[in-house]
Amino acid sequence: MKTDIKLAGVGGQGILSIATVIGEAATAAGLHLKQAEVHGMSQRGGDVQSDLRLSTDPIHSDLIPQGGADLILSMEPMEALRYLPYLSPEGAVVTSSRPFVNIPDYPDEAALLQEVDALPNVTRMDIEQVAKSLLAPRSANMVLLGMAARHLEILSPDELRTAIRTVFARKGDKVVEDNLKAFDAGYEGLQ
Amino acid sequence: MRVKRLLLGDEALALGALHAGLSGVYAYPGTPSTEITEFIQGAPLARERGVRSRWCTNEKTAMEAALGMSYAGKRALVCMKHVGMNVCADAFVNAGITGVKGGLVVVAADDPSMHSSQNEQDSRFYGKFAMVPILEPSDQQECYDLMAEAFRLSEEVRLPVLVRMVTRLAHSRAAVQTGEPGPQNALDPDSERTRWVLLPGNARRQYAALVARQPELLRRSEESRYNSLVKGGPLGVIACGIASNYVCEAHPEGISLLKVSQYPLPESLVRDLAATSAEIVVVEDGQPFVEEQVKALLGAGYPVSGRLTGRLPRTGELNPDNVAAAFGLSNEDGHAPAHNLAARPPQLCQGCGHRDVYAALNQVIAEYPNARVFGDIGCYTLGALPPYRAIDSCVDMGASITMAKGAADAGVHPAVAVIGDSTFTHSGMTSLLDAVNDNAAITVILSDNLTTAMTGGQDSAGTHKFEAICLALGVEREHLHVVVPLPKNMEEITRIIREEMEYKGVSVIIPQRECMQTLARKNRQKKAAQ
Repeated sequence: MKTDIKLAGVGGQGILSIATVIGEAATAAGLHLKQAEVHGMSQRGGDVQSDLRLSTDPIHSDLIPQGGADLILSMEPMEALRYLPYLSPEGAVVTSSRPFVNIPDYPDEAALLQEVDALPNVTRMDIEQVAKSLLAPRSANMVLLGMAARHLEILSPDELRTAIRTVFARKGDKVVEDNLKAFDAGYEGLQ
Repeated sequence: MRVKRLLLGDEALALGALHAGLSGVYAYPGTPSTEITEFIQGAPLARERGVRSRWCTNEKTAMEAALGMSYAGKRALVCMKHVGMNVCADAFVNAGITGVKGGLVVVAADDPSMHSSQNEQDSRFYGKFAMVPILEPSDQQECYDLMAEAFRLSEEVRLPVLVRMVTRLAHSRAAVQTGEPGPQNALDPDSERTRWVLLPGNARRQYAALVARQPELLRRSEESRYNSLVKGGPLGVIACGIASNYVCEAHPEGISLLKVSQYPLPESLVRDLAATSAEIVVVEDGQPFVEEQVKALLGAGYPVSGRLTGRLPRTGELNPDNVAAAFGLSNEDGHAPAHNLAARPPQLCQGCGHRDVYAALNQVIAEYPNARVFGDIGCYTLGALPPYRAIDSCVDMGASITMAKGAADAGVHPAVAVIGDSTFTHSGMTSLLDAVNDNAAITVILSDNLTTAMTGGQDSAGTHKFEAICLALGVEREHLHVVVPLPKNMEEITRIIREEMEYKGVSVIIPQRECMQTLARKNRQKKAAQ
């Protein structure tokens, strides 16, 4: 079994923390993993993406082939659309609904969300609003991971919860609890 | 105890070097190489052992210091991005002539597709040029494993060893099986002066010896466990380093695969492959380094294809799609590209001091239609993009000042240079001295954010020393200004820029305010410590 995930967002939104949690869970589960990250210049407010490949068998390429991704996981709706050529026909899109507008020619929001909703297998949520309502505003990325958990057959929600505990342990109990709460809200689809 | 750790390719190299008994790492930050040195700086083992790891002023000082450590008998590592090889080439190539004592390993991280670079030069050419062995890992495990091999090889053949990385491996994470740390070398300075004093008489002998050692390097490469030939069919494939992963991912049928991770090119393996293949395809990231050599080796009659023939794209990095296409395979079609999509280029952070610098500069420049602004390398290169569109050039580290000087010599006025603090100490100080000695009519804006920001906020070599440096180089006190780039100071800054652009000599304006990212990180660390 293998799962290829395209993680997307804007520099500074915390997609690498999502990758770290999934990576921790995958390692603990004894899965093979490759995770190609973007460092350097493009992190300055530009589009960023990470290829995350999980498999029960050894993985060759660090990059996901076109049409090969099982899941696009995006912190921003337009960034979710950027990687559609990589999404397999049966693949799912899990994305934040809230545009991050830092460019003058950002598309019309209604048209953009309409295009997102027209995809065959899409889940979107205003993850920042959810995180705020949980009084955990910095955990929006874990809301997104919770939403994604429903599509990740290769890892169980409990394996992801354990990984959240491990990854955030050094930041203290409050941060761990906030992130777990955010994850559960995403998983349960609470609005 | 052997343990598995999830590591970036860069981190695996760093840990491999530490476990190989490293005594010092010398480096200047540069994407995609920065994480190697950062990992060593943060490693408990490095602290315990007192491994030297502070950032260097540039790649040349790094290479020379590492050669000195090697001279003293200890193992030293030099890390840089590919263009850093241009900066240290003098020291690197001549280290091939002197040879080394303690193992000396040089990591050059290439950036095919220029994700964060101004070219995609292939560092393997430097290894061949200096006539030293090259290792090119294909995955994270090999990154770790081959560092021990690299140091051993360096000491056995008494030459520097070049390790060639590419961005995708440098910045990709996978589980790595690690071993036990080995001992460090004891202090044992060399005393063979005829080897180290490269007067022509000695140099001729040393160079002849280097040439004479080439057959041994070739034999070692042909016997290396990092080069392997697996026969399976009539289509011969040579895949170098990371390229072998893309070939395996595409798994074309009926191929015989020669994986190359050690150079000189293992000629006997290439001939063996050619003998049982109808043609050879060369798959390599970067420039057609191996393809050219294979063509020369097998002669014009033997069909060889790759980047030179268009079977693979001539420019840009390899990926699973263009490699599959080279074998007539195509990956599954994904979804159609989206309509509601706009480019989102990187940009200067909100609140960044460089923004205020460009706002002020643009305001004054608007009054001088003939002005030219020569930029340099760092976050502030983003001033080339909207909304500022403020610079006319960006070529190489330090070029802003010297290009402004040359343009001023030719009659351009005003000629303005914009350079960051770390870039200035890297390669701008000598440029400024030239300008002072020629009394060139240039205005230098030394935008000081107290850090090496673009690569993630590493210490900058000249912090708190810039006024002293400029004065010592001969900049006149009345034409040296330090300002704080904030909107409230816009009037003062524009006035100073205007006055100094009118001055027909060298002026330096230092807008000084800490990088937002570095400041935020320090505040977070302070808060966490409370």
